[in-house]
Amino acid sequence: MNRYSLGIDIGSTTVKTVIIDSEKTIIHSNYQRHFSKVRETVIEQLRDIQNKFSDSEFTVSITGSAGLGLAGGAEISFVQEVHSAFIAVKERQPDVDAVIELGGEDAKIIFLTGGVEQRMNGSCAGGTGAFIDQMATLLGIQSDEMDRMALKAEKVYPIASRCGVFAKSDIQPLLNQGAKREDISASIFQAVVDQTVSGLAQGRTIEGKVLFLGGPLSFLKGLRKAFVNTLHLDEENAIFPEEAPVFVAYGCAVFASSSEDYYTVDRLIEKIMNANINDNIVTGEPLFRSQDEYDRFISRHKKYDLKYADLHTYKGNAYLGIDAGSTTTKLVLITENGELLYSYYSSSMGQPLDNISGQLKKIYHEMNPEITIKGSAVTGYGEDLIKAGLSIDFGIVETVAHFKSASYFCPDVDFIIDIGGQDIKCFKIKNGAIDSIMLNEACSSGCGSFIQTFAMAMGYDISEFAQLGLYAKKPVDLGSRCTVFMNSSVKQAQKDGASVEDISAGLSSSIIKNAIYKVIRANSPDELGKNIVVQGGTFLNDAVLRAFEKEIGRNVVRPSISGLMGAFGCALYAKEAEKEKSSVINAKQLENFKYTSKSVHCGGCTANCSLNVISFDGGGKFISGNKCEKGSGKIKTNNIPNIYDYKYTSIINYNQNQPEKPIAKVGLPLALSFYEQIPFWHTFFTTLGFETVISDESSRHTYYAGQHTIPSDTVCYPAKLVHGHIENLLDKGVDFIFYPCMSYNINEGHSDNNFNCPVVAYYPELLIANNPRLNKKNFKYPYMDLNIRKNVIKVMTELLKDYNVSENIPIASDKAFRAMMNFRKDMKKKAVEAINTARKEKRNIIVLAGRPYHIDKEINHGIHRLITSLGMAVVTEDTVAYLAETPELNVLNQWTYHSRLYRAAEYVTTQSDMQMIQLVSFGCGIDAVTTDEVRSILESKGKLYTQLKIDEINNLGAAKIRLRSLEAAMKNKK
Amino acid sequence: MSEYAKFTDDMVKTHKILVPNMLPIHFKLIISILEASGYKMELLQNESRSVVDEGLKNVHNDACYPALLVVGQFMDALKSGKYDPNKTALIMSQTGGGCRASNYIHLIRKCMQKNYPQIPVISLNFSGLEKDSAFKVSAPMFLKMLYAVLYGDLLMICYNKCRAYELVKGSAFKLLKKWQTILGNIFRTGSNRYLNTKKMYNTILSDFDKIELSNAKKIKVGIVGEIYVKYSPLANNHLEDFLISENCEPVVPSLLEFVMYCAVGNMTDGLLYNNVTKSSVINGIGYKLIYGKQKELINVMKNYNKFDPPHDFEHLRHLADKYINQGVVMGEGWLIPAEMASLVESGVENVISAQPFGCLPNHIVAKGMARTIKTAYPNANIVAIDYDPGATRVNQENRIKLMLANAGGI
Repeated sequence: MNRYSLGIDIGSTTVKTVIIDSEKTIIHSNYQRHFSKVRETVIEQLRDIQNKFSDSEFTVSITGSAGLGLAGGAEISFVQEVHSAFIAVKERQPDVDAVIELGGEDAKIIFLTGGVEQRMNGSCAGGTGAFIDQMATLLGIQSDEMDRMALKAEKVYPIASRCGVFAKSDIQPLLNQGAKREDISASIFQAVVDQTVSGLAQGRTIEGKVLFLGGPLSFLKGLRKAFVNTLHLDEENAIFPEEAPVFVAYGCAVFASSSEDYYTVDRLIEKIMNANINDNIVTGEPLFRSQDEYDRFISRHKKYDLKYADLHTYKGNAYLGIDAGSTTTKLVLITENGELLYSYYSSSMGQPLDNISGQLKKIYHEMNPEITIKGSAVTGYGEDLIKAGLSIDFGIVETVAHFKSASYFCPDVDFIIDIGGQDIKCFKIKNGAIDSIMLNEACSSGCGSFIQTFAMAMGYDISEFAQLGLYAKKPVDLGSRCTVFMNSSVKQAQKDGASVEDISAGLSSSIIKNAIYKVIRANSPDELGKNIVVQGGTFLNDAVLRAFEKEIGRNVVRPSISGLMGAFGCALYAKEAEKEKSSVINAKQLENFKYTSKSVHCGGCTANCSLNVISFDGGGKFISGNKCEKGSGKIKTNNIPNIYDYKYTSIINYNQNQPEKPIAKVGLPLALSFYEQIPFWHTFFTTLGFETVISDESSRHTYYAGQHTIPSDTVCYPAKLVHGHIENLLDKGVDFIFYPCMSYNINEGHSDNNFNCPVVAYYPELLIANNPRLNKKNFKYPYMDLNIRKNVIKVMTELLKDYNVSENIPIASDKAFRAMMNFRKDMKKKAVEAINTARKEKRNIIVLAGRPYHIDKEINHGIHRLITSLGMAVVTEDTVAYLAETPELNVLNQWTYHSRLYRAAEYVTTQSDMQMIQLVSFGCGIDAVTTDEVRSILESKGKLYTQLKIDEINNLGAAKIRLRSLEAAMKNKK
Repeated sequence: MSEYAKFTDDMVKTHKILVPNMLPIHFKLIISILEASGYKMELLQNESRSVVDEGLKNVHNDACYPALLVVGQFMDALKSGKYDPNKTALIMSQTGGGCRASNYIHLIRKCMQKNYPQIPVISLNFSGLEKDSAFKVSAPMFLKMLYAVLYGDLLMICYNKCRAYELVKGSAFKLLKKWQTILGNIFRTGSNRYLNTKKMYNTILSDFDKIELSNAKKIKVGIVGEIYVKYSPLANNHLEDFLISENCEPVVPSLLEFVMYCAVGNMTDGLLYNNVTKSSVINGIGYKLIYGKQKELINVMKNYNKFDPPHDFEHLRHLADKYINQGVVMGEGWLIPAEMASLVESGVENVISAQPFGCLPNHIVAKGMARTIKTAYPNANIVAIDYDPGATRVNQENRIKLMLANAGGI
């Protein structure tokens, strides 16, 4: 009998087996996708081994993230997968310095030289194989095709890869704006690289000889290229071993070789078959108990079918509605009486323009010549592009479109919920107008496209997959968090033996729970409303619809055209507009319709936005990617009052006056609290004869420059940017960087306490601990309390004792205090002027409320300009907060910056022409407290609450929908 | 602050006060002290999935996990029908620092106003917040609680050590139960026996000392982190039990360290910001007193080789100074890096930093300090584990296994 060692690597998506002989040479290997059928796949591979190695026995180990439960249940030895990789590296490539391994849903780094360290991605990290698959699905291609495209890319767009949902919101607008798929493919790979470098390396530089492992890195050349370029590796130092896909299984086999327990394959199969995997899944009620119950459900919803008319025979007026949604494209043509002549629903495949023009051609070809299209309207992410390209009459905001169509089916509708590809939109209707709008924030999606990706991962088609859930006996409870978390919940359920049916039903309920409790934030289902209309493609799925009815304990209206409601609403809108003739591109023009897209950089200002220019052959251009009006090609002087711009420029310009012969150069990072304290510290230091140098204005590059020193990948983006500012100041050659730690902020006398948030308060501690370029000499971070003059003087005297300036410190600090006060006074004065001007011009005024550092354009992504482009004026929270008293609160009001939000909100409630928009940085834990409170202050007095969540992604598309919906709601309120 | 149900004098007799399950060993003792003063208390034990679900329904999505669990545990208990909402009150500790944790109580109140507006939520604090409550902690009670913390720490240390190595499974648990009962009775009956600390410590220690332990070599794993997640099995998915099942010895720093960290924080602020106040002076005196008590416990424990005494707090402060300023006082602040360093220094080279997902102070004091501590102690093996309603146990355990593999042989 021959004796070998067997390593079984069970990853999140694949099973790998490797057999080695006593020389540790690989004599057999296998790599196979398991489509969540873990046990079956393992047994299949074992049978294969049995055929090839009859009369052999093996020592065995299991490794891999999905192998843990199986190994435990079968009582087979288990070795952690990163450790397996480590063993394999020691055996095969002992001279490498670092190993990067990307798996299905994991990313790992092992540092070998200079202190061994093994790291895995955190529970919130995307940037892995599954992420790449998901993105390929979004582009409508296979990942190998994506790889080929990436190699032909000309440019790279910034895409967030922290989680699939974020990346989607970056990619979708690019697709809709017509960016090339080649470029997007390369950008996706670059995003994965950035995620690995920042998320995993966390302050350690990846250098020397680097070994790359795992499926994606062995199959995707474009990804390899991106890694090699970013890490500046030459050929010699970037190692892609041939056996990469099974490398970890190899390490596992090596680990097994030290064991004395030999098994025959028969015995192994038996053990794995009988593995007792613990059954601790939480299950819910089945969606339907019987076929009869399902039939009744179906016939109840049949009532809301639309009437149809024949495109070939109908004569008369028709109206065209288009919904160029994020992942799907919808189009309808209706008659004067709202009958459906033609409808189209399809995945956008990243080409909304081609898609829709193709459909139009089809309509023109088939329709009765006596049909006149009298009006057309378009909504959705692709609105601008389609409107420009196909000369559509109206572009309307999605919320309005949906309300239009919902009231067609249910005139007294008071609540609409729309779950689309990647959005959840809900709105309450009061007095025939949209009263409040809730959209899912970038992080808690988990909508339609999620089920789709999941179905595909499990080897099913979406409708087949959803159908499976209808009769599930024990739907799994998968929790209600974001996509990434759901992924691992599903994995766990699979490991615990849940069936595909139960998972399908479980996913349907998760989506519903996510919508009700996360997006709407309802305390009880009753809060939603009495007459509820559900729509969006996701509700076409009976399992989702049923899960919703079950969760709220009420029957709802789902029109049969649930997926087409946006388009239908557009058509209704076009009809009501009563135009003489639609301007929509005609059949003849359509024949010659062609366009080209190219990318350029805007030279309008220093932001250098990357623009995407689509030129239509019939003349005309569509430009996207611009953050302001300048880039759009239409030169428009923007005189609308905007305190964000004023405050930002004032802060930047504050640093102009400098002493002629400075005694030393002090660096001040343009980040976090400095957005308020620059006047203070500039005055303080220049009075003493120092030159103050502030870091350059933030850009995406600032983030990349400091990325390698960020230890916590879940901290907010404003904090992440600080790292780049520090690098920038070090490069500028200042004598020292000054960045005080402050537990306390200025006491403005309106709150229970005057803390800074922990991140703002102590970030310098983190900087010096994680940036090797910093030391106690070039980085000064004293603790002080600006409220206590004595303290400031004492601390600064001590700090600057080598510069012989002690006696002037009291004067300098008094001057600094005055400067700060004057600066704030000036801001308030300007805000009052702005409000007055806006009122004269009869403009609505938006209080864009956040923190002082939200004026940074890399943080706010130009949202304030978007507001002014809609004709509304913008002021900041701190410039109006002093105009009101703190209202009664349900929370402890103890942070200076946050306490301004409450007062600003209170002030807004007293002004008829004002609304508030709260900017919330992703990851801000304190805003979990403030947002609910600000909402309740505003809503208790009849104001609208709008929140915009911002992060490193600059997807203004979603912000625009909210702003335009807000605008529409404000109009309705009047 | 808007109106909320107050805990009034007559409620002392009629109402049962529910306590969230944060530190099972310590809280049981503290409860017996409160019972001695006439309050009716119950430590909640419910841990089912519906605790998390209730939390998700009633707390903001991004609020931290401890807040979510506490609210969830209360709501789940109240909905179980076991308690008459007209005769029930809730209690929550409140520290009043710059971390959002000081808002927990308000999140609970918000939730109660919507669901059970009649139920008062009591703040257990030592910083004079909410003076109008009939729930009063007098100075003698406070002192007693201090003793309860000391005894709780001692029991926790002995129990963790013994159960990792015990030859007869369950013998440590039996002793733990025994001493919980004895101490509980002492506190509940108002006996003064707890004051005779030396004798009590010695009896407890020699009792646990009798448990037969194996000589097996086990990996020692220290647990630091956010206070609730670090101690509460509900929050950390029974981390200590998991470590035991992985053949490790869990080493959990004592609660007294956190108490002293709070006391000393106020004092440090006073000195750092030229702002010495009455409170900072009182805290300074309080700190000296507590430190004396800690010293005593440490000295007694030194006579028992089996058990590692708690870290000397002055030494912790000294260690902290190497990595971070003691002015970092939000959340668990400088205590976390100090405990990490102290654990590693005393041979516990593997440390789990347990924290709620997205915890703000932990960006700085845990993830932010790991690098410098690893530089100082190249053998340190530190891993941060995030806890969250959606984070799966498999994921967390896989990460811990990776850490253990590192500990194993590199």
